[in-house]
Amino acid sequence: MSCVLNKVKIWPFNESALIVQLGDDLNPIVHQKILQFVTLLEDTPFVGFIECVPAYLNVTVYYDPYTVYESQPFHITPVSPFEIVKTYINGLLHKLNDDRKIFIGQKVVIPVLYGSDYGPDLEYVANYHNLSIEDVIRIHTEKEYLVYMLGFAPGFPFIGGMSKQIATPRKNTPRLTIAPGSVGIAGAQTGVYPLATPGGWQIIGRTPIDLFLPDQVPPSLLKAGDTIQFVSISLEEYRQYRWGGKENE
Amino acid sequence: MNSVRVLQAGLYTTVQDLGRFGYQKYGVIVSGPMDAYSLRIANLLVGNEEKEAVIEMALAGATLQFNESHVIAITGGDLTPKLDGKPVPMWRPILVKKGSVLQFRFAIKGCYAYVSFAGGIHVPKIMDSKSTYVRAGIGGYGGRTLQKGDTFACGDRSPIAEALVHQLERAPDHLSWSVNPSPLITFHNHSFIRIMKGNEFEQFDKGSKYAFFHENYTITTQSDRMGYRLTGHLLSLTEKFDMLSEAVTFGTIQVPPNGQPIILMADSQTTGGYPKIAQVISADLATLAQTRPNTSVRFQEVRLVEAEAILLEHKRILQQIAARIKWKALG
Repeated sequence: MSCVLNKVKIWPFNESALIVQLGDDLNPIVHQKILQFVTLLEDTPFVGFIECVPAYLNVTVYYDPYTVYESQPFHITPVSPFEIVKTYINGLLHKLNDDRKIFIGQKVVIPVLYGSDYGPDLEYVANYHNLSIEDVIRIHTEKEYLVYMLGFAPGFPFIGGMSKQIATPRKNTPRLTIAPGSVGIAGAQTGVYPLATPGGWQIIGRTPIDLFLPDQVPPSLLKAGDTIQFVSISLEEYRQYRWGGKENE
Repeated sequence: MNSVRVLQAGLYTTVQDLGRFGYQKYGVIVSGPMDAYSLRIANLLVGNEEKEAVIEMALAGATLQFNESHVIAITGGDLTPKLDGKPVPMWRPILVKKGSVLQFRFAIKGCYAYVSFAGGIHVPKIMDSKSTYVRAGIGGYGGRTLQKGDTFACGDRSPIAEALVHQLERAPDHLSWSVNPSPLITFHNHSFIRIMKGNEFEQFDKGSKYAFFHENYTITTQSDRMGYRLTGHLLSLTEKFDMLSEAVTFGTIQVPPNGQPIILMADSQTTGGYPKIAQVISADLATLAQTRPNTSVRFQEVRLVEAEAILLEHKRILQQIAARIKWKALG
């Protein structure tokens, strides 16, 4: 643990946010520390805290500098809101020790209808690697994927752990629109598009379930730290999920 | 209940409050006004809470008709507002009569104008905010820009708004007092925009670092609520490096591989993966938002403590404006 703490760096993002860097490279220990830190900060926020955004290596903490400034009882010397928040965060970081409970995310099953109109690039991906379509589906579904962070679009997960056996470059010409729920491959990454968007990903399938849930709390099916298991489903099952009243599992 | 009808939509007219906070970790953007100072002042002028929802218009404004008499205020850029055909002053409370038509045209100063309504705009809150998030189809008026024929309702007037109604009814024309926004927002072109160095500033080559502070950058017409695309001296890295996505925010200046910077604005994504050369200080975001396409800006570095002091000073100015309006209204 101390080896992780020694590498922590805190610097200002602007006058209303700071960045807490918890590691230099992507690994499960850094990811675990980020999740623990976010949990601790949200459970015990400082006065003026607005929100935080976890990423691969760091957490950005947004705050209202005026409220932070006003939270200090005496202003004998000019006080920097950044320094006040930094001091608080350093205190929290010391509570992040080895015996702190491991953050365990949820395991989320994402059903996917692979191929045909729903995954127009599945055949391309198979041909690119001299694999059968069944092989690509088997490789894509046999692993669990870790959700490192959400961003880019509401409910969009940045996930790691795809097999290099099916890593495929992006399309030369991006599609003008990709249907919501599309499951794609871009280089060594795989992901799911929550909203209709233009994009160059190789689309191998589509999930019938919604990733962005604006009427629910939280408004996202996935959270940082969750694991994803893709499961291959038939067109019949896809329709059942989508329109059979079984959308929430 | 008071209601307002949209006769002409304008270029990009949306409902915005101060923004949607607390959901960025799920990829949900903040949204909110391009010029938060003008939004806050517009609300204060009609006795609303500072964060209440208003109408934001971009460059070419809307035409609105009032179904009842009402107290409103117009702030932000000058989109040449006319009330029943006559020029109407900005930055003060205005009494509009039943059936009146408020028409905006093209911006002659600034870009974004705001109209506040005493009692605010009655639309549902989604994730604690009334701001419109067009791409996700949520918030504001049905998750979209306002269109011709839309009608929205206003909430109940506050005691300050009631007092203003009495004053305005007695006034022969418009009120003689108004708020001066110049300590908070500059509407000149060729503005200096103050920045703090971004995470990847040092990874840019010497020429780029020099040019960034010494050359003009022009805001292109390919600019909107998501980002202002700039053109000027190309910015390049000393060497290419892999960047992992991390948080970006309103005011982040990213440099994509083509070397032309993009300043992320109110509809900024929550995370991004391009090198960040700088971050515009919060206090200058309103001035930046009001800088028109095809005009240029110059960047000036400030230290963190200066940026903090400027922001706290702006907060004090807003508090003084709020106190003065209350005093003018309630006597």
